[in-house]
Amino acid sequence: MANMSLIKNPMPSQDPIERAKNFKEVATGYTKEMALDEAARCLNCKNKPCTNGCPVQISIPDFIAKVAAEDFEGAYEVISKSSSLPAVCGRVCPQENQCEKYCVRGIKGEPVGIGRLERFVADWHNANATAAPVKPESNGHKVAVIGSGPSGLTCAGDLAKKGYDVTVYEALHTAGGVLVYGIPEFRLPKAIVQKEVDGLKALGVKIETNTVIGKTVSVDELMSDEFGFEAVFIGSGAGLPMFMHIPGENLKGVYSANEFLTRINLMKAFREGSDTPILPLAGKKVAVVGGGNVAMDAARCSKRLGADVYVVYRRGMEELPARKEEVEHAIEEGIIFKTLNNPVSIKGNEEGYVSAIECIKMELGEPDASGRRSPVAVAGSEFDLDVDCVIMSLGTSPNPLIKSTTEGLETNKKGCIVADEAGKTSKPMVYAGGDAVTGAATVILAMGAGKTAAKAIDEALS
Amino acid sequence: MYKIVKKQELNPTVTLMSIEAPMVARKALAGQFIILRVDEDGERIPLTIAGYDRTAGTVDIIYQVVGGTTIKLNHKKQGEYIQDFAGPLGKPTEIEGLKKVCVVGGGVGNAIAFPIVKALHEQGSEVTAIVGFKNKDLVILEDEFRANSDNLILVTDDGSYGEKGMVTDPLKKLLESGEKFDQVITIGPIIMMKFVTKTVEPSGIPCIVSMSPIMVDGTGMCGGCRLTVGGETKFACVDGPDFDGYKVDFDEAIGRGSMYKIFETHKREEACNLYKEV
Repeated sequence: MANMSLIKNPMPSQDPIERAKNFKEVATGYTKEMALDEAARCLNCKNKPCTNGCPVQISIPDFIAKVAAEDFEGAYEVISKSSSLPAVCGRVCPQENQCEKYCVRGIKGEPVGIGRLERFVADWHNANATAAPVKPESNGHKVAVIGSGPSGLTCAGDLAKKGYDVTVYEALHTAGGVLVYGIPEFRLPKAIVQKEVDGLKALGVKIETNTVIGKTVSVDELMSDEFGFEAVFIGSGAGLPMFMHIPGENLKGVYSANEFLTRINLMKAFREGSDTPILPLAGKKVAVVGGGNVAMDAARCSKRLGADVYVVYRRGMEELPARKEEVEHAIEEGIIFKTLNNPVSIKGNEEGYVSAIECIKMELGEPDASGRRSPVAVAGSEFDLDVDCVIMSLGTSPNPLIKSTTEGLETNKKGCIVADEAGKTSKPMVYAGGDAVTGAATVILAMGAGKTAAKAIDEALS
Repeated sequence: MYKIVKKQELNPTVTLMSIEAPMVARKALAGQFIILRVDEDGERIPLTIAGYDRTAGTVDIIYQVVGGTTIKLNHKKQGEYIQDFAGPLGKPTEIEGLKKVCVVGGGVGNAIAFPIVKALHEQGSEVTAIVGFKNKDLVILEDEFRANSDNLILVTDDGSYGEKGMVTDPLKKLLESGEKFDQVITIGPIIMMKFVTKTVEPSGIPCIVSMSPIMVDGTGMCGGCRLTVGGETKFACVDGPDFDGYKVDFDEAIGRGSMYKIFETHKREEACNLYKEV
């Protein structure tokens, strides 16, 4: 008999006041009892609408049935057939727009907590699994993967499982891409990412850090006899930060969200003993400009460094592009939303540090092409918000390094690599996927693209 | 991990290290830089490539001990390893087709000026090198400069060696005497490059400056190294590090370079027992 409760088992979390002072994970995860209770809410629909909502097509009712039967390792096996990074996706996927959106239980009440169950299963596996992964027999083919973010790791994992000799090239000193430099520890502990990377290494994947493709080595060189790769997958992400080009943007104390988050997440600037500096924010005021998930991450990191934080966004609360859960967490932690305000300039003190951000009030006009009501400035409504630091979180575009050093690789106006549905680019045997193709999107979509490309590469080489 | 195959003190505060990094050495060109991290807790810092040996697979860096990371780096001995070493990054200095060039270096910036002088000399350009130092004890690479330039002018602030004065003094004299260069290339403290640019301006000769702002990744990802060049925002790591000196907003760059200075000083004072009350 299914559990007919209309609401999901809530996710246990650290107390908001407490957690706003530390970088430990906010959501602490289901207990076994909660997982069993939640799994019992699944109706095991034959047509699996949830699976169709999943970018990597995890057989969701099957893994939940295994959970309900207390076969957690069996549940993990079902998930890992489709997903290489379950512990990551269970944490950062926007399930409300994917699997859970199509859950039949969501018609009357809340959908099954699919993401929470996925995380439970992955964490159970990581804590209890003993069997070491078996390195598959080599098929003699060499493939290079550029970038060790979600698309690259997924592509590498899928190919390695089929016996390919895979080398992943990473520009930074640690593998993981946006999972390590972008998403904060309190949403995605770095030990989890490391575990996934170690899992790939156990499958025989080689990871070359400190290698900037386009500078250290070019794509053409990778495919030359010197390196001997038969195919290349480009998963270099969208790492180029955008700025507003308003006066004062180069004052001391103005960061791109990329820089701010990299200093904190990758370089551990929040930790005693780290050599990487960050503006001391205890008792200071910070304005984060933008309303996406990255803006929420920057705001919540600032809060944890002891600042009072404003999120300045030109549309309204309803239009915030961030996940609802992230906005709710931010509000709980005391972040102040200054919506319907747009920055006009940033003002500095005598020493050249930020002292205020000048904003203009906005109202919502007619819906634009994206369907969102476009904001219109209210004439003469400028005002100063006193702050010590401004973090620009306006989105990112693909890094031009690979485009500019790879002849014959077609890109579009936005600098995104042009690739077909299978990830094939204009250059023979060069595939691409993730944010490098779509522009900034989600972890799971990047994983999906890595998976598709791995399949296409396998078909092309076998 | 990257091995320190050679460590050589050039003067009391400036040291050269040859690092085993074959992947960087095979592509390195004058004007490019690397990013290194000394250890696991280390900061990523950019250092310009001072030389390379493609056969031996080594890259030379020259650093001045100024604070945190360079102190840590300087504790490493020959034969030991550093954690990370990535590159070559940035665009190489464009020297193709230049027939007569004046290279103006200041202080530890001469470590970066030298590979450019050498590359120019090797391609057969006529090179005048003006190199400035605080005093005689701080002079570096004198023999190397002499061997690779047609005309070497060495100046010290206090006159303890070479001519007394600033690099701009002999530069001004040369230009006023009607010396024609295809280009002036200058590398050193920002304030020096600003005045070198001002000195060259009346002659209308192109003046290239090598910028070294604060960076994190060095690949265009963080935007921390942004500069205003000709009214546009440029990233030194991918658009530079060389820029048209006439277009660079030097004052802004000086400001941004000092972002963490006061906090770093406080931190040192907190940590140092000399500052603690007894």
